[in-house]
Amino acid sequence: MVYDKRFDGRKFDQLREVDAKIGVIPNATGSAMFRIGKTIAIAAVYAPKPLFPQFLQNDERGVLKCEYNMVAFSGSGERVRPGPSRRSKELSLVIEKALMPVLDLKEYANCAVDVNIELVQTDAGTRCAGICAASLALADAGISMSDLISAVAVGRIEDKIVLDVNKEEEDYEKGMADIAVAYSLRLDKITLLQADGELTKEQLKRVIEMAKFGCNKIREVQIKALKDKFMVK
Amino acid sequence: MVDGVLVLDKEIVVPGQELAEGMDFLPGSNVLRDGNKLIATKLGLVQISNRLVKLVPLVGGYFPKKGDMVIGKIASISTSGWRVDFGWPFEALLSIREVSNSYIPVNGIEDMIKIYNFDDAVIVLIINVFGNKIIDVSTKAPGLRKLGPGRLVKIEASKVPRVIGKQGSMINMIKEYTNCKVLVGQNGLVWLSGPDIESELLAVKVIKKIEDESHVSGLTDRIKAFFEEKK
Repeated sequence: MVYDKRFDGRKFDQLREVDAKIGVIPNATGSAMFRIGKTIAIAAVYAPKPLFPQFLQNDERGVLKCEYNMVAFSGSGERVRPGPSRRSKELSLVIEKALMPVLDLKEYANCAVDVNIELVQTDAGTRCAGICAASLALADAGISMSDLISAVAVGRIEDKIVLDVNKEEEDYEKGMADIAVAYSLRLDKITLLQADGELTKEQLKRVIEMAKFGCNKIREVQIKALKDKFMVK
Repeated sequence: MVDGVLVLDKEIVVPGQELAEGMDFLPGSNVLRDGNKLIATKLGLVQISNRLVKLVPLVGGYFPKKGDMVIGKIASISTSGWRVDFGWPFEALLSIREVSNSYIPVNGIEDMIKIYNFDDAVIVLIINVFGNKIIDVSTKAPGLRKLGPGRLVKIEASKVPRVIGKQGSMINMIKEYTNCKVLVGQNGLVWLSGPDIESELLAVKVIKKIEDESHVSGLTDRIKAFFEEKK
């Protein structure tokens, strides 16, 4: 079988349905929901928070602390074992590093900026959805940012490059690579690039082009969501 | 629109949005210069006055500043003074000598409790801030005191100027229509005390309404209409 048509009938450079909402958690300083297809991420920012142990405190800038978590019922089949795992710790770290280049935390000296990301429903591309939600939540929390971060997962299936892979495509058996890309349009910087699978140099170039295209579309949705919060009802 | 400005005055902008192009413009608060462009760093409203482009944030919490009056609660008592919690990660110190200009005889915690007890709401003045962590407050200036029975309402700190209004127009209207005593701290805590529960609840409702609709113009007229309707 040759992969010339996507499982859900999308074009190769078409995103799933994207949706974002700001201020979903009233008690948080800033919060956001981000949905891409069946993947739903909720991010809440609590800042400033006291930071302990004390040696972590920095008197020049605040410390960003991300926490990525998939809730027990989020998967499509088996129950996800709750609590921190090797995977979620790694993803928390890469999300932190993906967001840090645009943040200016000097107002939060000696304090922590807590970002909690919960995945309530997952269908591939969770770290990217998490980054998009976290970026919106940070903007809603009034944290100084030089740009918004958008992220999308691009895949290689056989010799085709596809934008925004879903679970079915991720599990494709005959040759699959998926690449998570986080991108800032204004700075023209890639802040996250993780690849799982084999790619040639030319394919990687095409993947990055495709990811930038997808990120720009997601960015439009993010900007609209932020402005919608203050629309007159 | 002035040549080079990419947004309208009073437009809502998002972080990373380009506000103006060219070296003719100066970045104000919350605006960043990158090359020959001015970039918004927060979610808020743009204000353009001549060549200055500044951004008034619509979101965000409170940061302690010298000279601010804040409302807080007594969190703990030590031999040298009281610790005031005003919604900041680090508690502020209210030293005994910053309480009053007159001499206070203090021989142990019983005497200190008589002045300010645990959980008492107080309105204090920030007199010193050292690197976010060490904050000194005072109750020496007039109007600073222990707050009596009443209720504390939390609002967003960025909405405090809207609740007060131009030269106190909004807060005076609330006081006039509800007969409540209202005090607004810069940190977003509002203390109010009224003759009965209904008037207190009406004041809380109005304050929440102001918080929700503060970015829409014609706020004072709408709040006035709301009060007239309730009458």
